[in-house]
Amino acid sequence: MSNQNRTIFGGRIDRGQVINFVFNGKNYKGFHGDTLASALLANDVHLVGRSFKYHRARGILTAGSEEPNAIVQLGLGARTEPNMRATEIELYEGLEAASQNCWPSVNYDVGSLNNILSSIFPAGFYYKTFKWPPSLWLFYEHFIRKAAGLGYSPTAKNPDRYEQKFYYCDLTIVGGGISGLLSALAAGRSGCSVLLIDENPELGGYLLDYNFSINEKDGLKWIKNIVDELYSMDNVRILKRTTAMGYYDYNYLTALEKVTNHCDQLSKTTPRERYWRVRSKKIVLAQGAFERPLVFADNDRPGIMMASAGKKYLSRYGVLPGKSVVLFTNNDHAYQTAFEFNDKGAKISVIDTRENIDIRIQNKCEVLGIKLYSSFSIISTKGNKKVNQIEIQKVDRKQNELSGECITLDVDCILMSGGWNPAVQLFSQSRGKLKYDKVLNTFVPDKLIQDQIIIGCNNGCFDLSKNLNHSYQEGLNAAKDLNYEVADNINWKGEEEISFTESSVEPYMLGKKKVTKGSKHFIDFQNDVTAADIFLAQREGYISVEHTKRYTTTGMGTDQGKTSNVNALALMSHIHEKPVDEIGHTTFRPPFSPQTFGAIAGRSVDHLFDPERRTSIHKWHEENNAVFEDVGQWKRPYYFPKKNENIHDAVKRECLAVRNSLGMLDASTLGKIDLRGPDTAKFLNMIYTNAWSKLEIGSCRYGLMCNEHGMIFDDGVTTRLGDDHYHMTTTTGGAARVMSWLEEFLQTEWLDMEVFCTSVTEQWTVLSISGPNSRKFLQELTDIDLSKENFPFMKFREGKVCGIDSRVFRISFTGELSFEVNVPSRYGRFVWEQFMHHGKKYNITPYGTETMHVLRAEKGFIIVGQDTDGSVTPMDMNMDWIVSKKKQDFLGKRSFTRSDTLRSDRKKFVGLLVNDKKTVLPEGSHIVEKALKQPPMKMLGHVTSSYYSPILGHPIALAMIKNGMNLLGEKVEIPLMNGKVIEATISDTVFYDKEGNKNNE
Amino acid sequence: MFVIKCPYCGERDQTEFSCHGEAHIARPDNPAEVSDEEWGEYLFFRNNPKGIHFERWTHDHGCRRWFNVMRDTVSDKIIRTYRMGDQKPGVQDV
Repeated sequence: MSNQNRTIFGGRIDRGQVINFVFNGKNYKGFHGDTLASALLANDVHLVGRSFKYHRARGILTAGSEEPNAIVQLGLGARTEPNMRATEIELYEGLEAASQNCWPSVNYDVGSLNNILSSIFPAGFYYKTFKWPPSLWLFYEHFIRKAAGLGYSPTAKNPDRYEQKFYYCDLTIVGGGISGLLSALAAGRSGCSVLLIDENPELGGYLLDYNFSINEKDGLKWIKNIVDELYSMDNVRILKRTTAMGYYDYNYLTALEKVTNHCDQLSKTTPRERYWRVRSKKIVLAQGAFERPLVFADNDRPGIMMASAGKKYLSRYGVLPGKSVVLFTNNDHAYQTAFEFNDKGAKISVIDTRENIDIRIQNKCEVLGIKLYSSFSIISTKGNKKVNQIEIQKVDRKQNELSGECITLDVDCILMSGGWNPAVQLFSQSRGKLKYDKVLNTFVPDKLIQDQIIIGCNNGCFDLSKNLNHSYQEGLNAAKDLNYEVADNINWKGEEEISFTESSVEPYMLGKKKVTKGSKHFIDFQNDVTAADIFLAQREGYISVEHTKRYTTTGMGTDQGKTSNVNALALMSHIHEKPVDEIGHTTFRPPFSPQTFGAIAGRSVDHLFDPERRTSIHKWHEENNAVFEDVGQWKRPYYFPKKNENIHDAVKRECLAVRNSLGMLDASTLGKIDLRGPDTAKFLNMIYTNAWSKLEIGSCRYGLMCNEHGMIFDDGVTTRLGDDHYHMTTTTGGAARVMSWLEEFLQTEWLDMEVFCTSVTEQWTVLSISGPNSRKFLQELTDIDLSKENFPFMKFREGKVCGIDSRVFRISFTGELSFEVNVPSRYGRFVWEQFMHHGKKYNITPYGTETMHVLRAEKGFIIVGQDTDGSVTPMDMNMDWIVSKKKQDFLGKRSFTRSDTLRSDRKKFVGLLVNDKKTVLPEGSHIVEKALKQPPMKMLGHVTSSYYSPILGHPIALAMIKNGMNLLGEKVEIPLMNGKVIEATISDTVFYDKEGNKNNE
Repeated sequence: MFVIKCPYCGERDQTEFSCHGEAHIARPDNPAEVSDEEWGEYLFFRNNPKGIHFERWTHDHGCRRWFNVMRDTVSDKIIRTYRMGDQKPGVQDV
């Protein structure tokens, strides 16, 4: 038997289209237009999950995005999604879903023992119990995480595509109920560009489920006409199944569109979800309201749901969730549900907490034979997996107590209504201020901050006619503000069977007895927070609303307290005997509903997450077995292993090749900036620590850059190419930073200087050839005279290399005779391959960054960012020689005489040689005077660079050591992580070719 | 997230820009002559007002120009943007 709870006709489902789906391994049938929740109810499945903490049986509470209970694991494998609201999942063929937080099954859940033991699990249980000893927390955590929790994340890679869309328009309207529709209509007719967003698959909002008329026309027909008109307008864009998630400053709104989630076949060309980033001149909030639950004993059993949800299941899906039903209410509006249930054949009684009920309603109940218990309350419910019995008792107003005889009723469904809460989440996110409305007993919008409009029930107004007119008028006003020719105003008249405004909502609070022993009065269904927990939090001093929230976890579930927050605040107000205004409320934060990371990431995943930069020779490196290293976003060859070589073998071979014959490095990633203009020399004088005025055309000079604190932040060689034309190089990682630094001073400080900076990093491929044979080798391929006399060290020449117009710099980072050949990038690989071919007789050896590091360390050349860390001056690095004494001013100069930079005990750059001649110290190791068994020890400094030097045959290291220059030859100790202590001797920083003859050969 | 009117390109999304702290901090004309205290003031001390704040921004993913922004830190409203070298607006200009 299936669909036993389906009415014979009615609803907005397509009964011609049967859909098969699986829930907890069992096959069911539903109809096109069903949600998972409505189809389960139709099949008489009420138990859909277990609660978070007590593992209590839970059913379906609502029929929308506010659902706290019916959250399921949806889909299988890589596409599985946890915590999906069954009330929002549209049924599709083959859908598979399962209950969460239960083992072995939702019917027989071992964890439900927690419910029996609940007296030992009050609010704050974990904080109190697992606090000591701290070392055991990791042990506890493992079990706690297993016991409490919701669904699970997929472990496989996400197979779907997610898109992002930036959108600009005049007016964004959030909510496609009648208020939103009318505003859209007014603005659309006036010519505004309008974006209308609604989270449901069908426009019309909650009135789709109720009987009403507008201007004496049937409500549903009227909605259809308006929707058709909106779809016909080119200036109106409608997004269904789209949830507005975040509302930020400057009317910036994010929204998640579920594009293909509801389809059984996922299309290859359509993304699964689309994340909208919308910027609009005005935003209209028309999100409506959520119905508020009532707090009573064991109000969480399956079969207990919101009155409006019951109405929706019946009217929209043709599902009668129960045959023997009670409505528990404190307002008139919910009676519509009772009448509808009665009409569809259910036996229904009404329990109303109020004493005075509208006589018309009393009469109608009498006519229909509906038993009405006025001034009554439910005091207990029974039924393990579904409610089957309740007890009710009279409310004694004078004593604020329940009294009199208990009446027992057999029921299979409870519909409850505690009034309505405007959905103020987005309004509150936009920094709008809320106020407490004593008539509605809830928070409503008060002060608007941004250029926004809030209409309809969202604005705390529940009068249909007022809302229709206000919404349309606001749409026209918005158009007028934006200078559109405004369409004619229309007078709207709406009629509802019973409207919420006519009802006096009576706040219903627990009596003095507070809580019945052995039962639970749930405030927050998803996080299992009971009224007793709120009482406890107040007793234990967590009185501030923010503290109560965190201590009890009220409102902290995936539903973010959409059904619970107002009741929690009302209870706090009741306990403290203070108005709710004075209790205040917690802050609403984005997102409005849970959203996928996939949508936020969009296309920025895999290789698009962090773009790679590759040199023009990259492919060759790949083809020749290079191991790559990331330097900023660049991929640089780290080393080029030959068969069976490990990194040590390869680096040793590469180092010796450079020292003995010829090596070649792809140095294209170095930052390159082209500087032009009459004031360039003056500018360089300010930027670098050394003097630039006398640099001749065709000459190169090394320079250090300091920030205004006097700390080194980049270095490189700059060459004068012409009268007013310079070529600056920077570190690979610092290129963008240096470019910004230059621009900052040119644009903000020295506006009168005429200098133009252009990044040319990617325009030039740089082949650095180094080694004693480099001159002989290169001379065979170029028309430039490379002789010692005509092309000395630190000079620059232009000419043909391998037939390509090139710039050649005679500079060296290895200490060997070197040439840096710059060719336009498009010839990079060509020239590289020519070099490899012609260099065979010199055993030309391509080398990577590791060899580059070893070679420069052998010479004591610094690497900014490795040997320096932003806290060292040129003097700390013993580079006083590069700091001009004559220049009046340059960036950082003044800071060299600050008391801190003048300290005599600053760390200085020194060399370090291990006494055992074999240990390569780990970089970053701490250096102490004498290693003790345990700290504290007298710290001297740390190792900045450390390698094995193949040419010297022993390890070398560079270090920063306090007062290091006065400690040359002294012994220090380096305690390693493994407990060993290594002895080393402080030396100067140049280990190889101390005289510096090699690069002058 | 702001919409910022670049004085060269017009209104653009904040993601195209970056902020560089307080504006109108002039580098001393002759740093050699200022006291440690004055130099320290220039290096380290910045205002953090509740209300009108002047700050430097760059249009990084655009024209790459630097400019100044007058912003109310309470409402986050950008009151004015203007080019480097332009007169600092007074509160009365608002």
